[in-house]
Amino acid sequence: MGEETFHVFLFHPPDGLLRIFLIEIVFCNCILWGKHEACCGRVHFKVFITLNNKKSKRELYSNICCLIFYYSSKLGMLLFFRSAGDGPDIYKGKICSLKARALLIDMEEGVVNEILQGPLRDVFDSKQLITDVSGSGNNWAVGYKVYGCQYRENIVEKLRKTAEHCDCLQCFFIIHSMGGGTGSGLGTFVLNLLEDEFPEVYRFVTSVYPSGEDDVITSPYNSVLAMKELNEHADCVLPIENESLFDIVNKIHHMVNSGKLGSTVKPNSLVTSSAGTTKKVQEKPFDAMNNIVANLLLNLTSSARFEGSLNMDLNEISMNLVPFPRLHYLVSSLTPLYTLADVNIPSRR
Amino acid sequence: MSIVAVQLGQCGNQIGQEVFNTICGDVRGTHGLCSKKENEAYHDACTERFFSEAESGVPVARAVLVDMEPKVISQTLSIAARSGHWKYNDQSHFCQKQGSGNNWANGYSVHGPRNKEVIMNLVRKEVEKCDRLSGFFTIMSMAGGTGSGLGAFVTQCLRDAFPTSFILNHVIWPYGTGEVIVQNYNSVLTLSHLYQSSDALLVHENDVIHKICAQLMHIKQISFRDVNQVIAHQLGSVFQPAHTAEASLHYSRNPLGDLMETLVPHPEFKMLGLRNIPQMPENSLAYSTFSWHGLLKHLRQMLIANAKMEEGSFRDPSLYTSWLNPQDAFNEWKTPRAFNKYEKSASLVSNSQFLLKPLDNVVGKAWNMFASKAYVHQYTKFGIEEEDFLDSFTALEQVISSYTNL
Repeated sequence: MGEETFHVFLFHPPDGLLRIFLIEIVFCNCILWGKHEACCGRVHFKVFITLNNKKSKRELYSNICCLIFYYSSKLGMLLFFRSAGDGPDIYKGKICSLKARALLIDMEEGVVNEILQGPLRDVFDSKQLITDVSGSGNNWAVGYKVYGCQYRENIVEKLRKTAEHCDCLQCFFIIHSMGGGTGSGLGTFVLNLLEDEFPEVYRFVTSVYPSGEDDVITSPYNSVLAMKELNEHADCVLPIENESLFDIVNKIHHMVNSGKLGSTVKPNSLVTSSAGTTKKVQEKPFDAMNNIVANLLLNLTSSARFEGSLNMDLNEISMNLVPFPRLHYLVSSLTPLYTLADVNIPSRR
Repeated sequence: MSIVAVQLGQCGNQIGQEVFNTICGDVRGTHGLCSKKENEAYHDACTERFFSEAESGVPVARAVLVDMEPKVISQTLSIAARSGHWKYNDQSHFCQKQGSGNNWANGYSVHGPRNKEVIMNLVRKEVEKCDRLSGFFTIMSMAGGTGSGLGAFVTQCLRDAFPTSFILNHVIWPYGTGEVIVQNYNSVLTLSHLYQSSDALLVHENDVIHKICAQLMHIKQISFRDVNQVIAHQLGSVFQPAHTAEASLHYSRNPLGDLMETLVPHPEFKMLGLRNIPQMPENSLAYSTFSWHGLLKHLRQMLIANAKMEEGSFRDPSLYTSWLNPQDAFNEWKTPRAFNKYEKSASLVSNSQFLLKPLDNVVGKAWNMFASKAYVHQYTKFGIEEEDFLDSFTALEQVISSYTNL
């Protein structure tokens, strides 16, 4: 994408007033390496590689590689890779020098192992993983009480180590699902832990709520039990629902395949695209949906990562949108979902 | 006599950079339209006021940059250095990593005391470089966290450390439909605290400047950069060396003092507004001609558009309150040199009721929010209690009533 995209966030906090945040994505031509993240997260790590395509000066390309991992074993992982211009190979070599400020916790080994074998294996090292073999069996109590007690010291120690690498720790990003066992149980246990160990650091929680036709029978119990913890201990919650993500994906799919005249969509502009990834075919059905969430989190923090004429940091977002301490659930929206290739066709409003 | 600028927060730093840019550009420009000797005198006065000489020959701005996050300051420093004609001192900036999060309490109660020593040291270093200090010119916004909260704290510290210097706070009034939801709280708290420690508050409203950009300068997509440039132009036109009525042979030696002397006769009335004409896009400058009479008439109309009165001259007693002699109330500063590519330009700094309506609005909105105690927990977290809010409200109500009774 050579042009700017404007992503408008409509937040509907519970007091009914509509607030609109406009976050502008600015493409910059610097190369950011290493552990210089001003806002370092916990299960949030951004690796930004932006390059200035020297051959075509008129367009500034931006290479963004972003990963977001999910705790629960239900959801898959996300990979964003957009290569632009020449020489992606040269830069790929340098990815090894980056390490994500993240902790991956799962009570089953499958997903985490997959990540470690993928192209991002160098970004995570074994000191950042906590895994077990048997899983939580979709049981909140197992995640919270059993594994919580068992792994408490381990988690605290690894957290402290990761936090020590940061110059200035601003916030924690916790990404999990509410329907499973590990994500909701152990996830909320960790949230509790963070409040005890690091009381001044903001805790942003991205929770994936189960949809109506979820196939996990105990997901309502798990969600309700986790909600109680979120109410007390999270500073800000961004709920995400699987069903709405699925609707968005369908809408885009419909748009792309409808074959209407002039409705060709610009490639790589889809909010669900993970164009240029090493996987040519999207194998898992959750990939598109996860990409949307990745986009969301990327955009939320873009003001902290890039310069602009009006910077809106994460703690500013939380300050402005949380009028009372317990009303901290933010609803997010994203636009545009795609960019039409033909600029003469008026976009749908 | 020199003015030390203190740039606070993102807004303050961006505007400060534009101001120095404008001043430097004006000084270097050849559009003086006056004699060479005059030009040189102007150049000297201006550089002494705002810049100090460095070994490399590039003038160094007399400024201290303060912000709680590093991005804006690094951007400002690099833009200034890139211009090649002036730059900031590499040591005179202070930044942290975390930002204030639009929280006045964070800026005032946490970042202020924590960093007081460092910031005051930087200011003292700048002051020592001046032969004679005219005063301080602080630039800040009211809606954010650093500019407003830390700005109020720093102003207080400046007042304590330099009790005999003038402090002119340049305050940016946020958009009515601003993007910061707690801007009304931040504005109320800032104004009430600034009123105590500052000598005068020079206010620029974002809405008004935006309108100038849209209607007079015909800019299609107004960015903050355009707004900042307009503000910088207006500020520059006031602070450029000028002859006062008494000393018409050489440039005024005490700009801030003269300004305050005439404009702030009573400590209750400190809010100053600024109008500058003409404002037009650069392209049309070559095709326009001006006359002094026309400009002054226009200015007067702009002044009385905010107060409902009839025609007259600036010496008309009906413009002023009863307890002020019109002869003393109006002061003219002239300079034979043109400013910033305009052949003739006029600026009016006035202390009037123009800010009454916006102030009323802001206080009203803040009070509504406070009545339901919304967002108050964000401030109590850092030490600002409800009593502080109430004190600020009372102080501002008093200011409003004083201005209304004029």
